[in-house]
Amino acid sequence: MTDERFERWIAMLLRAGVLTAAIVVLAGGVGHLAKFGHTTPSYHPFHGEPHQYTSAKAIVAGAIRMDWLAVIQLGLLVLIATPVARVALSIAAFTLERDWIYVSITAAVLAILLYSLL
Amino acid sequence: MILLHLTPIVFAISALAGFLGALTGLGGGVVVTPALTLLLGVDLRYAIGASLVSVIATSSGAAAAFVREGYSNLRIGMFLEVATTLGALLGAYLSARIPTAALAVIFGIALLHAAWQSLREHAGGSVAETADPLTAKLKLYGSYPAEHGPETYRATHVKAGFGLMFGAGTLSGLLGIGSGALKVIAMDQVMRIPFKVSTTTSNFMIGVTAAASAGIYLKRGYIDPALAMPVMLGVLAGSVIGARVLMGAATKVLRWIFAAVVAVMAIEMIYSGFAK
Repeated sequence: MTDERFERWIAMLLRAGVLTAAIVVLAGGVGHLAKFGHTTPSYHPFHGEPHQYTSAKAIVAGAIRMDWLAVIQLGLLVLIATPVARVALSIAAFTLERDWIYVSITAAVLAILLYSLL
Repeated sequence: MILLHLTPIVFAISALAGFLGALTGLGGGVVVTPALTLLLGVDLRYAIGASLVSVIATSSGAAAAFVREGYSNLRIGMFLEVATTLGALLGAYLSARIPTAALAVIFGIALLHAAWQSLREHAGGSVAETADPLTAKLKLYGSYPAEHGPETYRATHVKAGFGLMFGAGTLSGLLGIGSGALKVIAMDQVMRIPFKVSTTTSNFMIGVTAAASAGIYLKRGYIDPALAMPVMLGVLAGSVIGARVLMGAATKVLRWIFAAVVAVMAIEMIYSGFAK
């Protein structure tokens, strides 16, 4: 069975990831509402988000410029990265156990996740 | 409606969905999408994008607790995630090619199934009949803390379970839901893994599955920050509170009421799909 210590790390990683994401999203949300609270958003029909909120590079650049919507997206990126980090940590756990079958299975899951993200 | 008014409303709806979703085990994401589209007229694709990120938040938050309690099985979860993440890629790919009206109908059917599933009484004590050679090879067994000390179990019908997980992943990627109901069926009823292990392992898998399609949705512009913000925070807050409320006798009544509400939403979704 997996080392208890690793399970504690995984639990901690998940909690920290979700908490960080929530704080960043909240900060971006408050900032955006303070600035654009009186605008009327339109969620119908669908038009898709502009490029600055759909690519990781542009989101980070926007967040540095204090574009609040980009800050929210950055928080969501942290959230999406949390389960990915968990899978990566599991590779380390299986490596320590020398369970090579599960090192490769977990690496396959990580590869699929990275393929979808990048 | 201006953003300053809309945001608290979306937050309240999401918090309620997260709260009831955690109490009934249905998950908040599956309820938030129809609520946003039917009540607020949000386009289905924006609603799916927003609910998908809330699914990752609740799954990761809850999994943190389950991992420590020793119920979820890391190996079984990881092995089946190969199927769910591949399925999620397919689902996310298909979602851009299927008309929204058809998507609404599929969503309604998935919702009906989840409502029905949440009402079913679970028959405990599953017995493993035939040994599956893959079980030993892939170490798909374990033990969990039962009432009278640790209890061991072994998974069976590995290939069938794996196949069903691919389907659950596809549905998750297509509709932006956790598809926890289907994951639990695959583990509990097909692979004969104890119910408690199945539900917690499913919860642990949901976040990873959702992350696979969330990246694609983000790149495609389905995730609107101003909408996803109150949805994610609302569902997260609601489900954290919901998980802390004890599962008492009152939840049985609540479960029925909630299932009825979900069924009505499901029928409305299906109707809206056909009306377009």
